[in-house]
Amino acid sequence: MSRGKPIGRLFLVFAMFALFMAGCEKPMSNVLDPQGKTGKEQLHLINLSVYIMILVCVVVFAIFFYVLLRFRRKPGDNSIPKQVEGSLTLEILWIVIPVILLVILAIPTVAVTFSQAKAAPKQQSDDFIRVKAIGHQFWWEFQYPDHNIRTAQELHIPVGKKVYVEVTSDDVVHAFWVPGLAGKVDASPGRINRVPIDAEKPGVYKGRCAELCGASHALMNFQVVAEKSSDFDKWVKKRQSPNSDPQTAEQKDGKKVFAQNCMSCHAIDGTQLKMRGNKAPNLTGFSSRNKIAGLLDNNEKNLDRWLHNPEEVKPGTYMPGFSHLDKKDMTSLKAYLQSLE
Amino acid sequence: MATLVVLLVFALFIGAILTGGYNKQMIERFRSHWLWEWLTTVDHKKIGVLYALGGGFFFIFGGIEALLMRIQLFFPDNHFIVGRDFNELLSMHGTTMIFFVAMPLLFALMNVAIPLQIGARDVAFPFLNALGFWLFFAGALLMNLSWLFGGAPDSGWTNYVPIALNEYSPGTGIDYYVLGLQIAGFGTTMGGLNFLATIINMRAPGMSFLRMPLFTWTSFVASALVLFGFPPLTAGLFLVMFDRLFGAQFFEVALGGNPVIWQHLFWIFGHPEVYIVILPAFGVMSDVISNFARKRLFGYTSMVFATLLIGFLGFMVWAHHMFTVGMGPMVNSIFAIATMAIAVPTGIKVFNWLFTLWGGKITFTTAMLYAVGFIPTFVMGGVTGIMLSVPPADFQYHDTYFVVAHFHYVLIGGTVFGILSGLYYWWPKMFGYTLNETLGKWNFWIFFIGFHLTFLIQHVIGLYGMPRRYFTYQAEDGITLFNQISTVGAVMMAVGAILLVLNIFVSYRQRESLVAGGDPWDGRTLEWAIPSPPPVYNFAQLPQVRALDCWWHEKMEGNKEMEPAEPLESIHMPNDTPLPLIMSIGFFIAGLGLVFRAFEVGIVGLLVVIVAMFMRSFKPDHGYHIEVEEIKATEKGA
Repeated sequence: MSRGKPIGRLFLVFAMFALFMAGCEKPMSNVLDPQGKTGKEQLHLINLSVYIMILVCVVVFAIFFYVLLRFRRKPGDNSIPKQVEGSLTLEILWIVIPVILLVILAIPTVAVTFSQAKAAPKQQSDDFIRVKAIGHQFWWEFQYPDHNIRTAQELHIPVGKKVYVEVTSDDVVHAFWVPGLAGKVDASPGRINRVPIDAEKPGVYKGRCAELCGASHALMNFQVVAEKSSDFDKWVKKRQSPNSDPQTAEQKDGKKVFAQNCMSCHAIDGTQLKMRGNKAPNLTGFSSRNKIAGLLDNNEKNLDRWLHNPEEVKPGTYMPGFSHLDKKDMTSLKAYLQSLE
Repeated sequence: MATLVVLLVFALFIGAILTGGYNKQMIERFRSHWLWEWLTTVDHKKIGVLYALGGGFFFIFGGIEALLMRIQLFFPDNHFIVGRDFNELLSMHGTTMIFFVAMPLLFALMNVAIPLQIGARDVAFPFLNALGFWLFFAGALLMNLSWLFGGAPDSGWTNYVPIALNEYSPGTGIDYYVLGLQIAGFGTTMGGLNFLATIINMRAPGMSFLRMPLFTWTSFVASALVLFGFPPLTAGLFLVMFDRLFGAQFFEVALGGNPVIWQHLFWIFGHPEVYIVILPAFGVMSDVISNFARKRLFGYTSMVFATLLIGFLGFMVWAHHMFTVGMGPMVNSIFAIATMAIAVPTGIKVFNWLFTLWGGKITFTTAMLYAVGFIPTFVMGGVTGIMLSVPPADFQYHDTYFVVAHFHYVLIGGTVFGILSGLYYWWPKMFGYTLNETLGKWNFWIFFIGFHLTFLIQHVIGLYGMPRRYFTYQAEDGITLFNQISTVGAVMMAVGAILLVLNIFVSYRQRESLVAGGDPWDGRTLEWAIPSPPPVYNFAQLPQVRALDCWWHEKMEGNKEMEPAEPLESIHMPNDTPLPLIMSIGFFIAGLGLVFRAFEVGIVGLLVVIVAMFMRSFKPDHGYHIEVEEIKATEKGA
């Protein structure tokens, strides 16, 4: 990762901290290092405005420090300085120059604002895909209307293709934000907002909710997994015809436990369960996800923690704890969930 | 409810036992008590002090809330205060600091300085002035009671719906917010109206509009913004109140409602509010800088017009808080350009301050340090403001710590520095002694450095992808160190604030040696022409104003005092009255009743208000006169 991006030049201090960052930097969620076209256009505007503002700051600070050093009152000096009324020339100067600077900034601003607001083309094509992102307290649902897929917490996209994300909400106002790819847009109940995203490199990008949405607003993370086109197609196939059948006896028991306790809220595609709950994340292919609840690393210990006491992990979550299940049921449930690919 | 009644009766019993029951002497004893004088005062100087005390009191709460949040954010995945509790802290911190700290402290300065600066004996409506203060205090107290009874509001100071509606915030928190802000908002609106009327009608002979000190000018514009800015907020609060108390469903999408309406109403108020709190601070800076540079303000007229322009444009830009709502590129572009336009008048101000200093003889008192420290700080907050006005870039900054850093740079670097500068500047006028300068300088430097330590790094935290209002972050985000630096800075700011309190305490102990005459700073404007603290009637004879910076003008002419514009006559003064306090208690009871859905209590509270209004309207109160002999005696003593 490159450190000391242009904003580092804004203040010396920033550059200093950029050095600190080098060690602990985890890429992919940094506004200053976007991996997609939308984010890069936005970064260009950020840079342009930073350059103009550095110019302003330099001029103001130079005058400021000169004045403070030059015009101190010496002890015992009781003379009265000349009472100046003002200067028309100067006033015009510091009206005209800022106006010019602002025009320089405003033109690309308006141009990009319009170009980024274009909606997805009407007819389907191979150049882009459409995704619907729906915010819930406190998780994200993703639907691929053209592929007939519903999933949650992990948004898979093909590298190099434009992805038009249609963002909305099922309850309160959230905001869909993938800092490493593009700026955010609000997820409001009853309306659909669009944001075009794309990733130039394969990788995992951190996504966040950016509008206060309740107790676990800070934990409403999700992930954007950008894959090569071929990998993405494989993923699509797998989601369209998932293998959710239990293999071992333990897993079969687990499926029963799931049917008794979980299915009214959670759905798993490719099973013959009586219900397909849609109040909570779709769990198809659970074991292939990087994170549990969008938050914890996906391993048995964390799954155990989450199932026993979700409130401790995500305050205010609608998921109830299942510590009342006996040990055997819990083990088989975990085994079943971890077998879902 | 029953508990409340029992407590009330119990309190009456205790009162009766302690006072020996009701008798006439008891009323006399009440009336002669010093506290009674403060509870019933209508004197603008005393109300100014009350506003300062109220604002300072709630500043402690807001500050503690901020510190608790910074402690939680010291470590990644910290479990000190999480979830809803953290949301309560951030909501109350924002609401308290804006409505119950910044506004009252500015009103304190306005109350103290404006009548003196324009040569008036009081504000236009002294009764309304007292009522404004007590309503603010009742509203603020009501909202802070939420910590004790039923939980604090938890939907941010912006209180977006639907998260603020019953379904998602079922406790009483938001009810406290809605009712507390309505009550405090009444008070603020009255205050704004009062200052408008005062400045238009009560200027001394010769004090034309273009001779008014800049603090009076900026407060004038800010008051106009209060008058037009608060009604949309009140309308929005009404909608939320009806929704929560009576199930009105204004924001329910399924019934044709629209949650975005609240955002518009809030920001139509919210953006002018930013200028309401920054413009008077600009005014303080202008007066202080001109005073301690010993020069008249450079480009006075353009400063005045820049203020008017900022006030006007302040109403045209609210939607830049809502770029991500999805209003479309046309709306976003219009509001982006309008926002950028504000940079021009603000730039005029900054350069005029710099050129006021240019060629001056600068004395660095604490007041001046705050004014000088304000310039670079505010410029940095200003340039990030322009950066935020670019919609596609704002999609990245919006609701992140970058925004948090930006608005703290303007609100602390602008408003708070302005308030503190004004406090050090006008303290001798209020109390007759200056604050200790050595402690003052410690106070400034520690607060100033702590401030930059806290908030400079928050720009980076935001760009590294941390949204605001997050109670935690993960170690993998790589922002642990930045958050720790920020917390250290916050602690330093707290130390700075404690030094201010210490300074006030120490200066009070040393007041004999810090005693200030009428004009301790070699001032320029009219308030320095009269004794400190001023007599209750301010000016024995209204002065004749002959120039901008009229007191400086007279001093340059070799005069020892302002030329009087009227003969010495008896002065008509308003009577003190407990009615504003009683009305506010009525509103407080009504608010508390509605919070707990005890509508009968709400009605009782409103009845108290109506009875007090009736008494005010129909009981004749003609005030009293201070006779010439008494004035002469006071003037000789001073």
